[in-house]
Amino acid sequence: MSEREFAKGNSDREQSTDFNPLPTTSSSDLDVTDLLDAIDLVLEENAEEFVKGFVQKGGQ
Amino acid sequence: MTPGEASTLRCHQIHSHKVSQMSVRRVMGIESEFGISNPRDSSANPMLLSSQVVNAYGNEVMPNRIRRMRWDYDVESPLRDARGFDMSRAEADPSQLTDDDYGLANLVLPNGARYYVDHAHPEYASPEVTNPLDAALWDCAGDRIIERSARLASTLTGDLITVYKNNTDGKGVSYGTHENYQVLREVAFSDLVKFLTPFFVTRCVFAGAGRVGIGQENIEPGFQISQRADFFEAEVGLETTLRRPIINTRDEPHADPDIYRRLHVIIGDANMSQKINYLKMGTTAIVLSMIEAGFLELDFELYDAVTSMHLVSHDYKFETKQRMRDGSEKSALEIQQHYHQSAVRFLSETKESDEMTLDVVAQWGRILEALDSDPMSLINEVDWITKLSVLNGYRNRDQLLWSDSRLAAIDIQFADLRPDKGLARVLQQKGKMELLFTEEQIAIAVANPPSDTRAYFRGTCVSKYVDQVAAASWDSVILDLGPDVPLKRISTPDALGGTQAASHDLFETSKLAGDLLANLMPEHVLA
Repeated sequence: MSEREFAKGNSDREQSTDFNPLPTTSSSDLDVTDLLDAIDLVLEENAEEFVKGFVQKGGQ
Repeated sequence: MTPGEASTLRCHQIHSHKVSQMSVRRVMGIESEFGISNPRDSSANPMLLSSQVVNAYGNEVMPNRIRRMRWDYDVESPLRDARGFDMSRAEADPSQLTDDDYGLANLVLPNGARYYVDHAHPEYASPEVTNPLDAALWDCAGDRIIERSARLASTLTGDLITVYKNNTDGKGVSYGTHENYQVLREVAFSDLVKFLTPFFVTRCVFAGAGRVGIGQENIEPGFQISQRADFFEAEVGLETTLRRPIINTRDEPHADPDIYRRLHVIIGDANMSQKINYLKMGTTAIVLSMIEAGFLELDFELYDAVTSMHLVSHDYKFETKQRMRDGSEKSALEIQQHYHQSAVRFLSETKESDEMTLDVVAQWGRILEALDSDPMSLINEVDWITKLSVLNGYRNRDQLLWSDSRLAAIDIQFADLRPDKGLARVLQQKGKMELLFTEEQIAIAVANPPSDTRAYFRGTCVSKYVDQVAAASWDSVILDLGPDVPLKRISTPDALGGTQAASHDLFETSKLAGDLLANLMPEHVLA
């Protein structure tokens, strides 16, 4: 795909999906349950150690 | 090398044209410092890890690069030193390279980005792009590059090295995601400060990435909208690591300084949401357009912008109002709505209607409306709301307090860039966070520069002549044609020059770097 086609691809995509209209109601319980199920599977097992070990040095 | 030895060339095919003032379109880019750790050894040296990560990637994608490809800080820097290190990467044992290059990793990538070690973090500075959608795309390309790098470095070292697109460790340290926008020099800096400050203080209502913990060192349990807000301590200033200012005064334009400044924005969070990244860049560009056009009128100023910045971030239930200089009070959403309404008026009066600008304005309005009426309905779009939904789900299901380590772990893991471990990435793959780009589009941006800025010239030089690129910077490419020839510096002073349209034929007819120089010379040689 050339750059030109690529750029065109973006805007086509933008138009076609139109960033889907949102549901107007509050997020349903179902949504959150789905999220949790997905996350349960990958969450670090020892949260306390994991958090304690995440130490960064200064940045900008 | 003395300055006289460097032949400075200017690429006159480069043609300058001004970006329309009434659009989201302008030269921009995003630079991000990433969190990095070895989860099995928290004492691991982060500078070494960062160097291993950057070099592992350089070795994979540019095995034949000049041994120490450099960033061209200055035409007078002692570039000739590069001569001593031009053994190609392919000849060296990869295990030797990381220690040897400790602290020096500094690459220019085929997609035109800069990729290097800054302080104790790997940093990816995207190539210059001309619009917010491309800014989000080439930023996302950076995520894939960093993730790939960490995987390669883990294999090479036998350790596990993980990278995070976040901005704090929750223990007092912050690292930045900086946006850059080319802005007309003729705009008074005091106007930028005046008109941007209320926008920046409240922008996190949709652009925040969410954070577990209040205060720089998480002294108070809880949730807040922004990763970065608590680390800001001044209204205006030059610093980026101490007493961080809401408006940063760094001014290296990397363009004609008489016409442009580069606005260096340091208040933002790193976004996993592709759409929010796009809207963050797009809305900011719109506000800049209005300031440049002299259109924006504000009848308000914040009484204490720094305090408000903290309060807005802490107020995820939208319960507070900010004190204004005239004694009135406004909520963060009201301030954002003021900017949005100005943008709507600006568009109708200027009759500018490019599609992306209209889209940004429309989505900005829709999101502000949703934040006002039902914030949690933005669960699939806005980083902090996705994160908060997950956290609330755990709090309710497992009866967790905000001080529980599991919630802090979720915050960190949200930004893990691995597709199988990073929570945002997992949610994106499951369709729980909306995407703007396909993986195929992202892969193209990993390997290729944008076509419509000088990043095309830089990136193509790196792809085509990798064993002859001694150094590069935003406004130059330095070629090494051999031991007896002075280094040649090609200047690219115009961000909108060196595009595919301007330089495609030049590259087609220039098989080697020497051909490129021959085709540029002699009329482009400056003293």
